[in-house]
Amino acid sequence: MAIPENKLAFDGGWNYAPAPESTDHIVVKKRYGLFINGDFRAPEKGRYFDTLNPANEEKLSRVAMASQTDVDKAVKAARKAYTGPWSRMKAKERGKYIFRIARMIQERAREFAVIESLDGGKPIRESRDVDVPLAAAHFFYYAGWADKLEYAFPGRKAKALGVAGQVIPWNFPLLMASWKIAPALACGNTVVLKPAETTPLTALKLAEVIADAGLPDGVVNIVTGAGDTGAAIVTHPGVDKVAFTGSTNVGRIIQKALAGTNKKYTLELGGKAANIIFADAAIDQAVEGIVNGIFFNQGHVCCAGSRLLVQESVADEVIEKLKDRMETLIVGDPLDKNTDIGAINSRMQLEKIESYLKIGQSEGGEMHQSSCSLPKSGYWCRPTIFTGVSQSSRVVQEEIFGPVLAIQTFRTYDEALTKANNTPYGLSGGVWTDKGSKIFKMTQGIRAGVIWANTFNKFDPTSPFGGYKESGMGREGGLHGLGAYVKLEA
Amino acid sequence: MSLTAVKTPNRMPDLGRVAAVDEVGVDERVARFQSRSIKKASKVEALKMVLGMIDLTTLEGQDTPGKVRQLCQKAIHLHDAMPGLPHVAAVCVYPTMVGIAKEALQGHDINIASVATAFPSGMSSREVKLDETRMAVAAGATEIDMVISRGAFLAGQYAHVFDEIVAVKEACGDARLKVILETGELGTLDRVRSASVLAMHAGADFIKTSTGKIQPAATMQVTLVMLQAIKDYYRETGRMVGMKPAGGISNAKLAVHYLVMLRETLGAAWMTPEWFRFGASSLANDALMQLMKQSTGVYQSADYFSKD
Repeated sequence: MAIPENKLAFDGGWNYAPAPESTDHIVVKKRYGLFINGDFRAPEKGRYFDTLNPANEEKLSRVAMASQTDVDKAVKAARKAYTGPWSRMKAKERGKYIFRIARMIQERAREFAVIESLDGGKPIRESRDVDVPLAAAHFFYYAGWADKLEYAFPGRKAKALGVAGQVIPWNFPLLMASWKIAPALACGNTVVLKPAETTPLTALKLAEVIADAGLPDGVVNIVTGAGDTGAAIVTHPGVDKVAFTGSTNVGRIIQKALAGTNKKYTLELGGKAANIIFADAAIDQAVEGIVNGIFFNQGHVCCAGSRLLVQESVADEVIEKLKDRMETLIVGDPLDKNTDIGAINSRMQLEKIESYLKIGQSEGGEMHQSSCSLPKSGYWCRPTIFTGVSQSSRVVQEEIFGPVLAIQTFRTYDEALTKANNTPYGLSGGVWTDKGSKIFKMTQGIRAGVIWANTFNKFDPTSPFGGYKESGMGREGGLHGLGAYVKLEA
Repeated sequence: MSLTAVKTPNRMPDLGRVAAVDEVGVDERVARFQSRSIKKASKVEALKMVLGMIDLTTLEGQDTPGKVRQLCQKAIHLHDAMPGLPHVAAVCVYPTMVGIAKEALQGHDINIASVATAFPSGMSSREVKLDETRMAVAAGATEIDMVISRGAFLAGQYAHVFDEIVAVKEACGDARLKVILETGELGTLDRVRSASVLAMHAGADFIKTSTGKIQPAATMQVTLVMLQAIKDYYRETGRMVGMKPAGGISNAKLAVHYLVMLRETLGAAWMTPEWFRFGASSLANDALMQLMKQSTGVYQSADYFSKD
């Protein structure tokens, strides 16, 4: 039967008026020093760099560029705090500090959320409802472990490692800081942490919380800077344990640098997860799972479901529904409470994504984007899908780190599994089916650290997170995450 | 206003091919709709849309001509203190009250919806249900809200349920048919979806959640499933079907979230009283109170809004 003019249009008629979150209540200083030994202090070489709001390219603040000397100072401060007050403190008292930090994050939640969105570009709805609550939750969870380490590893004595050098990425700035700092402190270590150069502000606000919490000087040090600063921390002889979250390329460099040293390390790197939809899935909810997996947080997620593997018999239906859903996604001002997809974090990242859009088309892929309008200034990318691509396409193989989904079909369960595992990455995956036995079978076969069934992007401090293969080594969260920050003796 | 009902071919759909529904996923999508922030001009527009989509309802054993006449008065004059308001989409009453409503609404462009088919239980014979339908239409009903036989549906007698809807639709003549699934008795969202597919293929002009006589009545979750079924049916056949959540929507904020859900699932074409209704009674006054607050900046006492 002929379908008359398509009535399923989401444009026109009633629209949502702007609903901006207020920024009146936040305090961002014009300039920040390095947080070393309990105080903010000027960088030794006196160099600073700007941090911008990616939604409008306006300068938010200037932060310090830490040199080797500054890193030395920080590590020294961490070492002094470790051998001094921190390792002498009763475990229960340590726990109280961590609880206090958790509580203060909650109290300043609104300010943290707004600054996170301003500095990084993610929608306020996400920073308010996901990033900040989860960050507090990590501190709460690990605070509880501080005085129970003897029960965490039955029969073994858990001892702190010493000074932890930690480098975190720009996609979940505050959350990644909490994933690193909370377990380190719970186990009795001290910390030198470097936030990403495009998103230093919430880490610096966290430093203010840490100072206000009265944590002994030097237990946590936060030094801002770029690649050189990170390298200085990671290779510093005074650092006992390294924790890095970032790209696989940099992870490789770090691993090479640490080979042959005594440093323990965990690396949480890239991913190219397969989101697998079977014909017997709850299709409408699976489409929502695709959207959640690749478009939220602008696709800046290491565990993003950036490959869709859809069973061929339902492929057309799924893709049509996905396109409809993409039309209802709102790309815009991160501070608008109705924004679904915020700004791309930096010009550099936007250029990288755009180069992949060109690559995808030049390798024969068919590109489709939603038709939403974009703001005039700032860094933006519309939600994008590629069809007509295969395992040999670069957009299927390489991590784009943007709101770009590569779609392939499969016929059988075996083919889905082969395609899902045919990648050097192994961080995460998703399976959508209404049949329980298929869930068990599939999830046991996928070689990835975190696998979701009929859902995606679910995180909890109790649940270990980390990758197989080139997605890294070691786990964060839960008991496994504790284990990374102790040495176990008989 | 009465639309000539669209004639459709009636073929029993294959219920084995209806998509599964994941309840957790539905809850999450609903939560996202509820996190939308609707303010200022878009809020005023939404509240006015809500008013225009209400089927003002009285379905009580103690209904009298006096009660129905006063309800019709409210339908026409929602709140004369505020000019520029729409009137409600319809008044919804029992068949024996249709004549009273028709007289009271003379000259106004408001639909007269009548329940029929042994509402709310549906526990009667085919003949009685069809007679009741014809009686309501003859008395002036422009819309019929029927109930499906839930017992037959749950016992797997799908052809029986299907044939009944087809027969009622025929008895409706030019009146538009709303089919009440009574989602609170169906148990799972999978069944809500199946029942929706069945009803639409049997000729429903609207699918409706509930009678309002049992708990739970309408929820955003069942409504989302039904909207998705409407969308798939439209893609398959090209025929639009309307949606009516009924019962339990007593505050305007919730109603606006329903509109968000409607907009993001079916889009602009469905956002009119022709294709979407709220089965409600006290919703109107809350929407009016919110509208007055938007224009004056303060909340007035509930006593300023008539309870008819």
